[in-house]
Amino acid sequence: MKIKQLLSTLALSVSCAICASAIAADTIKVGVLHSLSGTMAISETTLKDTVLMMVEEQNNKGGLLGKQLEAVVVDPASNWPLFAEKTRELLTQEKVDVIFGSWTSVSRKSVLPVIEELNGLMFYPVQYEGEESSKNIFYTGAAPNQQAIPAVDYLMNDLEVTRWVLAGTDYVYPRTTNKILVAYLKSKGVSDADIMINYTPFGHSDWQSIVSDIKKFGSEGKKTAVVSTINGDANVPFYKELGNQGISAQDIPVVAFSVGEEELSGIDTNPLVGHLAAWNYFQSVESDENSAFIAKWKAFIGDDKRVTNDPMEATYIGFNMWAQAVTAAGTTAVDAVEQAMLGQTTANLTGGIATMNNNHHLSKPVLIGEIQDDGQFEVVWSTDSVVAGDAWSDFLPGSKDLIADWSSKTQCGNYNTVTKLCSGQK
Amino acid sequence: MKHFFVICCAVLGLFACELQAQQQTTLASDTAEQLQQLTNNKLKQSMQLLQSIASREGTNMLPLYQALLKGQLYYIKHSTQMISVRKSGSEKHYSELFSGAAIAALPANEIKKVRVNNKIRGFLRQHISKLKLSAKDPQARLAALQSLLGSLTPETISNIAQLRLSENNLQVQQLMDLALTIDRAINASLAIEQVSAIKLLQESLEPQVRNTLTSLNSTKTHPSVQKAAQQALLKIEQSIEFYGYLEQLFFGLSLGSVLLLAAIGLAITFGMMGVINMAHGEMIMIGAYTTYVVQLLMPNLLEYSLWVAIPLAFIVSGSVGILIERCVIRFLHGRPLETLLATFGISLILQQLVRSIFSPLNRQVASPQWMSGSWEINPVFSLTLNRLYILAFALLVFFALLFILKKTSLGLNVRAVSQNRDMAKAMGIRTGWVDAMTFGLGSGIAGIAGVALSQLTNVGPNLGQAYIIDSFMVVVFGGVGNLFGTLVAAFSLGIANKLLEPSTGAVLASIFVLVFIILFIQKRPKGLFPQKGRATE
Amino acid sequence: MSKLTEYFSNRSAVQSSVLPFVLILFVVTMACVLGNLVLDPSSMFYVSTYTITLLGKYLCYAMLALAVDIIWGYCGILSLGHGAFFALGGYAMGMYLMRQIGDRGVYGNPELPDFMVFLDWQQLPWYWQGMDQFWFAMIMVALVPGLLAFVFGWLAFRSRVTGVYLSIITQAMTYALLLAFFRNEMGFGGNNGLTDFKDILGFSLQADSTRIALLIVTAVALAAVLMISQLILSSRLGKVIIAIRDSEARTRFLGYRTDHFKVCLFVYSAVIAAIAGALYVPQVGIINPGEFSPLNSIEIVVWVAIGGRGTLIGAIVGALLVNYAKTRFTAIMPEVWLFALGGLFVLVTLFLPRGLAGLVGQIKQKVSLNKTFKSEPQSR
Repeated sequence: MKIKQLLSTLALSVSCAICASAIAADTIKVGVLHSLSGTMAISETTLKDTVLMMVEEQNNKGGLLGKQLEAVVVDPASNWPLFAEKTRELLTQEKVDVIFGSWTSVSRKSVLPVIEELNGLMFYPVQYEGEESSKNIFYTGAAPNQQAIPAVDYLMNDLEVTRWVLAGTDYVYPRTTNKILVAYLKSKGVSDADIMINYTPFGHSDWQSIVSDIKKFGSEGKKTAVVSTINGDANVPFYKELGNQGISAQDIPVVAFSVGEEELSGIDTNPLVGHLAAWNYFQSVESDENSAFIAKWKAFIGDDKRVTNDPMEATYIGFNMWAQAVTAAGTTAVDAVEQAMLGQTTANLTGGIATMNNNHHLSKPVLIGEIQDDGQFEVVWSTDSVVAGDAWSDFLPGSKDLIADWSSKTQCGNYNTVTKLCSGQK
Repeated sequence: MKHFFVICCAVLGLFACELQAQQQTTLASDTAEQLQQLTNNKLKQSMQLLQSIASREGTNMLPLYQALLKGQLYYIKHSTQMISVRKSGSEKHYSELFSGAAIAALPANEIKKVRVNNKIRGFLRQHISKLKLSAKDPQARLAALQSLLGSLTPETISNIAQLRLSENNLQVQQLMDLALTIDRAINASLAIEQVSAIKLLQESLEPQVRNTLTSLNSTKTHPSVQKAAQQALLKIEQSIEFYGYLEQLFFGLSLGSVLLLAAIGLAITFGMMGVINMAHGEMIMIGAYTTYVVQLLMPNLLEYSLWVAIPLAFIVSGSVGILIERCVIRFLHGRPLETLLATFGISLILQQLVRSIFSPLNRQVASPQWMSGSWEINPVFSLTLNRLYILAFALLVFFALLFILKKTSLGLNVRAVSQNRDMAKAMGIRTGWVDAMTFGLGSGIAGIAGVALSQLTNVGPNLGQAYIIDSFMVVVFGGVGNLFGTLVAAFSLGIANKLLEPSTGAVLASIFVLVFIILFIQKRPKGLFPQKGRATE
Repeated sequence: MSKLTEYFSNRSAVQSSVLPFVLILFVVTMACVLGNLVLDPSSMFYVSTYTITLLGKYLCYAMLALAVDIIWGYCGILSLGHGAFFALGGYAMGMYLMRQIGDRGVYGNPELPDFMVFLDWQQLPWYWQGMDQFWFAMIMVALVPGLLAFVFGWLAFRSRVTGVYLSIITQAMTYALLLAFFRNEMGFGGNNGLTDFKDILGFSLQADSTRIALLIVTAVALAAVLMISQLILSSRLGKVIIAIRDSEARTRFLGYRTDHFKVCLFVYSAVIAAIAGALYVPQVGIINPGEFSPLNSIEIVVWVAIGGRGTLIGAIVGALLVNYAKTRFTAIMPEVWLFALGGLFVLVTLFLPRGLAGLVGQIKQKVSLNKTFKSEPQSR
């Protein structure tokens, strides 16, 4: 019957996978866990290509520990349970030594229990809401204090904004970021009446009413700005509506945390000139590392018009640090590499040095850029020095007492400084 | 925008004649030096430099301000000479800054852009407005006044008062009067004067007027002034509320037109042919990508690209539809549920195909100038042009389709086959051909919808997915097989959604509408306008 | 001819016993369990924990497909919203697992789940009360989706909503639930859903033994549901149900309250889907609103169609096959697997109108026809 056939194929292929992994033991395997189909493919495919480029480059330099690197690409298809399954596959079937992957918070949350159970190692390259520090994950994107708070400071001090619209997609990153921002704004004396909060579903495409509300909110005489945590696909119709309803960046500037060069490449940026974004990296930053990286990327992808963006830099930093840590530890064993990662430094693309802190987050500079008509950002402000990523926000009541420290002293991702306990860890 | 630009150029041209001669001689030496310093590109310094230039120089610096505002100001690296570089399409026009005389193209590494940020742009806009108050073109004067209303200084007021005497354009006169009245309402020495000014103000819907009144109402002034301000505010709020409803209605109509466009193709393939067409969304997507390709092929004719894209999208999507019909769907006649599975598979293939060809990234589709901006009816009520055109376009497509179905022989055949296939065949209609044409027509119209949607939303592989469920809801709600039902359903769902949105938020509004559809179908199991006679199954 | 084929395949479907399949299921499950527990990892026949969890997941999907097949294949109700019941069952289980975390969450709050702590909720919402009790949660697993199915079915079948209209409103239902569960105010964790589970009934979810136990429970549940369904569908009741599928009006004229039968079967099917969801969550470790997505529900229908609707085993085989294909394709050819999957759907619909089970039936029938008559050209 058909079933027998099915099961025998299943058994066969599983055993084949085992043979295959036994044969290929003399390479270092790098797992790539980015969605190549489904809704997130739009953002994540680029990161898959970045990792492949980094692997190729490392191999050209002679690999690591005398071995060649081998990338194992799988497609979790923007399906969150599939992320967990694919992680297990990468770790137990393919036996990869490290995983670069995930974009959305939910995919990371789905991967987290599996990667902790199997003691894997993952690099997560996207700005996120914080409130997490796992022994097995390194967060190379920005935490809220490396993106949201400096941006608000800039608007408040340099543009003299006094009225705030916090617009976001209804999921955990905007919710948390906005909670942090509201607490921060109130600590700066902004009243409730001057804060408008709005959440929309994923992929929201009809922005007429909301933009009209923002316009009304901003026409009451006080300088108003929009802090946007609107996610991915919803941005294009949002900006188009802003342009058409005649809201220019001089009237009501929008500062976005999820709009980078790649998102802009899908928009006609002429009506958006002057709107802002806060990141740790912009393609337009002039430095030797950056020009080399951009040139390499364009050559690798074979398209002169492709852009680079912040999560790519995060992947770049993560990969280089991992390579350094493996070299320093002399092995790819997770525990040794994890300890070697702490304090690791590498050049970031904007000219400074990125440092991996004991809480598995990076110290990076924060830049604020204005959108230009060519789809690039012009840096208008940057922090004087690097900002250390804060895993647990000081502005949330639940987490203000928590710190993460994976150095030998505490070995804890959520150490409560008041109760002196490490909650949730075995 | 474009007109504005042309006018600016004309004005500049007039200036240029006299300026050219004077330029090198009369440019004060410190201004020249400061211009030089502007190329240092230190943003904070630039602001001070510009302020100092603005305080010294007059309209002769307009080209500088305007080029800077538009991001067209460059300087040649070795000589620090300022030039303006204007882009149109893929071409670049190089010209001398002050004279406007065209110069030879320069390689990108020899010139550098002068940096500018929002703060500087804001300052420039304000300053240009001040200079433009006495511009030749009334529209320019109007725009200048408009942007000055928010920040009236005694200096501008006296300037306006003076210009008012010689002003001959009615609109400009009114706006000037308004500015002077606002000033009187705040600064007049006598309370009676203030009150009479406020009385005049209550007819205006300018946001600046409302802000003035609000601040008058809340600050300690003469009781009569305060009362008058309160009354005026009330009156203004009332008319704002009225226009607010009108605006919501328009938003609803606009959402309805988008739903109509998305669903109308499905009303044919699903409604008339009974194919549960899960690949409908991908037909829309193909139409949108066609627009992208058209714009790619004719980068310099952006304004006309949509007119080329519409028929082309119809042909491309229609051909894909015919191909699908001939290769797959014709084998599934009488098995509607199986068409769901096959078209679902096709939709996966088409999505991946687009991903492989165009990459998974969104593609950039520009809006032509005539579709950007809005039609301002009054300061609190304006209709965005792209939505307005799309509303009209949706209705046009709808009635064109109705015409095809009711008045052409193809339409007759389509209806005959959809009503009684065997009988139609017996009458000598080539049912296979008609099926292919019908499916092609439905798909082609979906393609046209894609052109319109490319103006509103992302053009990417997921475009179709975003609209497929809504489209099915609309067709089923309106009644399968009834085009008018689709029209009514699209607009009523759109309006219901937008009327709910202010009180419930966007998410709850959609949930309520869905629950309403579910309950409505219980009441009328065949939709709003059930097809009479033969069952749709 | 096609009528005859249909008659034969239906007859064989209802009458053929499911016992052989249950036996195979039992043997395979046991083999996997032993292969994992007894054998050394270096052995050729060792079954990895990865395979165990994968198999557990597939069996949950198979159960879900079975639920859809019962109403679609046997009663002609095409539900494009069965994912909703699956997800609701999953959420009930997830809530129980969430409460089991207790103070081991990252914030160490003994009462509130992590997502509530960081969104600053002060107390547990009322609908979370009691979910820390396993028995109560299990009742909810069946009760909530069952109730929803009852209300929905009662409304729809009484007003005689049929065909595509019914399919589309089931889709509207799951879409509305999707939007609702995305809302953070709902108190179900929004887009992230429920995750980071620690243990179930005191057994760690990370332990291999728990995974194996869950696999066995799933296999037993699937076998039980299969046999019960077989029993129901081959009884007098089942005859009426099939009669409704073939001609509802005629059945009604014979004096049967067809809407009652349909509601009962719909609720039964929804509860099966919910149980599948409840078993699915501890094995994959996350439940989130994505499970409500209408596309997921369409996919379930596709599994059933590929396996062969109207045959219980066909649905199960379809679910196993498609999901196995998905697992393999996404690993072997991550860039182009959708071509393969989409192509598979199209080809199956075109060339195997009754699915794989139909193919088996056709071959059987052809053989038997060849024995007695001369073979006739197949008409389609």
